[in-house]
Amino acid sequence: MGFPYPSDPRETVVLSKYFGDAGARSFDGWTQRGGYEGLKKALTMTPETIIDEVKLSGLRGRGGAGFPTGLKWSFMPKGDGKPHYLVCNADESEPGTFKDREIMRWTPHGLIEGCAIGAYAIGAERCYIYIRGEFTDPWREMTQAVAEAYARGALGADAFGSGQRIDIVLHRGAGAYICGEETALMNSIEGKRGNPRIKPPFPAQAGLFALPTTINNVETLAAVPHIMVRGGEWYKSLCLSNPKSTGTKLISVCGQIQRPGNYEITMGTPMKELIYDMCGGLRPGRTLKAVIPGGSSVPIMNAVEAESCLMDYEGLVAAGSMLGSAGMIVMDDTADMVYQIWRLARFYAHESCAQCTQCREGTAWTTRILERILAGKGTDTDFQLLLDLADNMTGKTICVLSDSCAAPVVSGIQKFRGEFEAYISGSRQPVVAGV
Amino acid sequence: MSLTTTPAAGGHDGVHEPVFVGDTRARLEQYFTLYPTKQACLLPALWMVQEARGWISEPAIGEVAEVLGVTPAYVKGVVTFYTMYHTHPVGRHFIQVCTTTPCGLCGAEDTVRALLQQTGCGDLGATSPDGRFTVVEVECLGACGFPTPIVVDDADFIESVTPDKVPEILARYP
Ligand SMILES: Cc1cc2nc3c(=O)[nH]c(=O)nc-3n(C[C@H](O)[C@H](O)[C@H](O)COP(=O)(O)O)c2cc1C
Ligand code: SF4
Ligand code: FES
Repeated sequence: MGFPYPSDPRETVVLSKYFGDAGARSFDGWTQRGGYEGLKKALTMTPETIIDEVKLSGLRGRGGAGFPTGLKWSFMPKGDGKPHYLVCNADESEPGTFKDREIMRWTPHGLIEGCAIGAYAIGAERCYIYIRGEFTDPWREMTQAVAEAYARGALGADAFGSGQRIDIVLHRGAGAYICGEETALMNSIEGKRGNPRIKPPFPAQAGLFALPTTINNVETLAAVPHIMVRGGEWYKSLCLSNPKSTGTKLISVCGQIQRPGNYEITMGTPMKELIYDMCGGLRPGRTLKAVIPGGSSVPIMNAVEAESCLMDYEGLVAAGSMLGSAGMIVMDDTADMVYQIWRLARFYAHESCAQCTQCREGTAWTTRILERILAGKGTDTDFQLLLDLADNMTGKTICVLSDSCAAPVVSGIQKFRGEFEAYISGSRQPVVAGV
Repeated sequence: MSLTTTPAAGGHDGVHEPVFVGDTRARLEQYFTLYPTKQACLLPALWMVQEARGWISEPAIGEVAEVLGVTPAYVKGVVTFYTMYHTHPVGRHFIQVCTTTPCGLCGAEDTVRALLQQTGCGDLGATSPDGRFTVVEVECLGACGFPTPIVVDDADFIESVTPDKVPEILARYP
């Protein structure tokens, strides 16, 4: 549903069906709504058949990179005799994204089920769910639900009488965007600073506590019980465009839009339909200027690109951007693109873990140069300077935070150059004090 | 994710009363069973200190180091990495307010102004003269569809805070 607004008939509600329904939060409420059938069924299957079903469904990671989930699970070593871990990434901090929060707040047992199935499939007895420190409501709901799941025998030494041990441990973050990066998150669970690790080794070989680990996003895992119950074929059939993008996707729509919220669409839905029909379009008298479709880390789209693209992994790449975490930031004609891009750069400069020179220096200098432009002290050479910096920040660092800072800058200059020029030429009044 | 510059770690809380005694010690022991290493209990242990004392002092860092078998320097390195841990005392009520782009597009700056004015804090990161509030600006709180969210005392997450709602919200925190 377009939570917090009522569901729109054009949505395909699977994960969001019970958003806003407090009754779904308890074990009994969840069971009455068909919950835990997926886990019970999975526990009668072999790990291999579960992985095959997930592969068949076409499910891809919802955390940002879109990696095929079944394939990721199949990378885990078999018969190695070592403990394995599943990690659920509930650090949700990508600006524009607020879907995992609703999954945890309204359907905590749905996530528990997904984690339990995932753990069983990859040969893990323990799953850590890493919840960002600021998420106090999801923390409360998840804590209660996990306790209830243990009390009712869904978790523990003998999950639903299957003989399988499945434990879930909640781990609270403490304020750091970078801990959403999978290897930084593992370091954070280990009690370290949240610095991303150099890969390889990949988590499936040496992840959490140097043991084989799979990490998945909340939304990815929450989709798995539905695939178990209704089948991979069914999930795969939810597709309006490219067969490589299947299922439903929660799109968090925010910014300058009439009805912000989480909209669950079938992959391949036109963005135009989402913005104008489901979200009620822009505020009265306003027109669309730009959309950042996949959380703040992806290239900015102009109105023409946005209104003609399809919302799935391939559709957004074809339109020059990415689906990312599907946090869609909408900007109308009142938005000052230079200011907004500066604010994004400031975000990355603040969140850089500072291990890599290109990122530490690049994000800081990008922010300062943009600030200089906003102060009316920019020059024509600043364009090249920003683009050179962006080039140095792309594809050269331990993680992609650095690339993420470059993306809005490069696309912003490409598509909204006139707004930068207006500050540089003095035809637009400075909006920040001198630097 | 605090954006406000705070002084470097190094605060002292006078005579340090140990945190990890009684129930708190028992809770920590419980955590030891959930992770394969004691070091992994560092973030939970630091949360326990902050819950008990409101901030994490230099002697508390020493105590955490001792109970987990790591060095104080190591603990300090971790404490300062994560922005939710306070290394200095803050007001009785600590308010984090989001100003990242999506909220910024929807008037977050007006909410910040209202909060600073009505708490009497004046500046971001400063504590009001009556010791009641500290307000800091933070990055995206993961609730961008509900501009502007705030978090009070690491416990209450309040959505859709507009300037007109500020008086009523502040009244809940004497
Ligand atoms: C800087 C950075 C921040 C990230 N933040 C998140 C996050 O908050 N939540 C998330 O699920 N994935 C995040 N990711 C992606 C994870 O590294 C990882 O790809 C994902 O959790 C894998 O799960 P999936 O395959 O189910 O998508 C982030 C990546 C980077 C580089
Ligand atoms: S790219 Fe930036 S955030 Fe990522 S590891 Fe390097 S310095 Fe840290
Ligand atoms: S930008 Fe304010 S909550 Fe995400």
